[in-house]
Amino acid sequence: MEIIMAFVIGFLFMAAVYLMLSRSLLRIIIGTGLLSHGAHLLILTMGGLGGSAPPVLADGVEDFADPLPQALILTAIVISFGVTAFFLVLAYRSYQELNTDDISEMKGGDEEDE
Amino acid sequence: MNNFVLLPIIIPFFFGMVLMFGQKSLRFQRGGAMFGLILAFISAVSLLFTVKNEGVQKITFGGWPEPFGITMVSDMVSALLVTTTLLLAIFIVWYSFSSIGTAREHFYYYPAIMMIITGVNGAFTTGDIFNMFVFFEVLLMASYVLIVLGGTRAQLAGSIKYILINVISSALFVIAIAYLYAIIGTLNMADISVKIAEINQPAIITVIAVLFLMVFGLKAAIFPLYFWLPTSYAAAPPPVLALFGALLTKVGVYAIMRTYTLFFIHDTAYTHELLLWLSVFTILAGCIGALAYFDVKQIIIYNIVIAVGVILFGVAQMNETGLQGAMFYLIHDMIIKAALFMLVGIIVYKTGTTNLRKMGGLMKSSPTLGWFYLIAAFGLAGIPPLSGFVGKLLIAKGGFEAGNTWSSLFVLATSLLVLLSVIRIFIYAFWGEEKPVQPILTNAETTKLFIPTAIVIIISIAYGVGAEYLTPFMSDAGRLLADPSIYVDAVLKGE
Repeated sequence: MEIIMAFVIGFLFMAAVYLMLSRSLLRIIIGTGLLSHGAHLLILTMGGLGGSAPPVLADGVEDFADPLPQALILTAIVISFGVTAFFLVLAYRSYQELNTDDISEMKGGDEEDE
Repeated sequence: MNNFVLLPIIIPFFFGMVLMFGQKSLRFQRGGAMFGLILAFISAVSLLFTVKNEGVQKITFGGWPEPFGITMVSDMVSALLVTTTLLLAIFIVWYSFSSIGTAREHFYYYPAIMMIITGVNGAFTTGDIFNMFVFFEVLLMASYVLIVLGGTRAQLAGSIKYILINVISSALFVIAIAYLYAIIGTLNMADISVKIAEINQPAIITVIAVLFLMVFGLKAAIFPLYFWLPTSYAAAPPPVLALFGALLTKVGVYAIMRTYTLFFIHDTAYTHELLLWLSVFTILAGCIGALAYFDVKQIIIYNIVIAVGVILFGVAQMNETGLQGAMFYLIHDMIIKAALFMLVGIIVYKTGTTNLRKMGGLMKSSPTLGWFYLIAAFGLAGIPPLSGFVGKLLIAKGGFEAGNTWSSLFVLATSLLVLLSVIRIFIYAFWGEEKPVQPILTNAETTKLFIPTAIVIIISIAYGVGAEYLTPFMSDAGRLLADPSIYVDAVLKGE
């Protein structure tokens, strides 16, 4: 199971990198979304996929899932949701202001030294 | 158990929330921000003295036993950094009153500042690696708001790159934590240190160490990863630039310092050698950038890169002298970068341009500004008795003790390039003929900006001249970084 998950995560990272290397801002944002999904799945896999019961404290319970990675993913999902929302608004705003969604045409910060 | 540890984080957070209301009243916004920061600063100073007298302070949330709950740890390193952060924030907010513009002040500028301070102080204080990620996100989210607030074209274009880089580095941070958790099975930083020592750092941990270096290196702007810094920072208005330059990259530096003195200390021949060479190249790349530009903002921005290299060079020595020097230099650099960005901001407001070739003769109209700039420039280069000297001396001494003679000499020699790069601003902007300029602010307004700037420069002079009084604090910090068992014992065995 871990092997399959490793391929899934690797595929997500691959797609994320491909999207982030494109010039369209919207594709880049989708790429960052996929990247964080891959990272979240990685936490889950790295915590170990074993265990089938919820981690309720009781004597003699041997088979339980590790709760910590789930707590970490929950936190990370909320954060990446917030960042993606902000990024989308920023992309829309800069599309209005700069009249382009092409990242290579956005050269506001670079001031050439004459 | 000491709830005091949380005050420098909670107070800015509380005021940040309160200031989200009442956007119409400037007096409420300014007064609230100032009051909150001063309150937090007082609590940070008393925390600093508590740590000095009683040793490392900690609190674990929810009353869990130590490695299970999230622990906040205030040791000498973090207490010093938290105090400096709040001190500088007070003056930067004061500087903002007459420079940032009322439109921004009406639109969540002060809440964003309070949130960024919350995140920075939290990242300095936390004793849990995942919690550090959360506080990084808090400060990054606030920094996204600050860098884009105002919505000018340059800001929008610069901030997109800044956000993209930080989103990627955050994803890498989560990945690095996941790998570490898979092998170590714990997130408490003291516990990680113990567990890595138990298994004697196998090769996979060294790989993770390099991954952590990449993550924090992106935030701290070390050699191959600093490319995003100049364009993004140049987009920000001067007060925000001062805040970013003084605090944000330093959080990354602190994180490298912490992980490379607490976790990954059993294969220093590989990890710290890598850090050493990266820091040398960082200094070199920064020097080239600082000398190449004729743009005042860019020159000082590239000086951030140089300083990051110097501090990490001290960390890479991994002996008490080098680490103490790194601490001295880190605090010095926070103060002097805030001062320099504030000064450069005044120059830009006075001349209406960032291009050095279009400036000149400011010495005639504003001599005090010129002399204060010269003092700050000398302080940055580390001319004794100003503030950069002690740190650089200790870092070089640590380098000699560790046997890195040539690279230490290189670090010392680059001080001259640093001096040259900032003196160029002095020569072009202050000397020569007066040139026609379009001031952005009137003279009366720039005088208001000059008061907080002058105080920060005086603080930096006091920091250099009064280094003797600070040495007990710094040697505590150096000892704590050099010997991880002090930190580990205080967190896991204390009480």
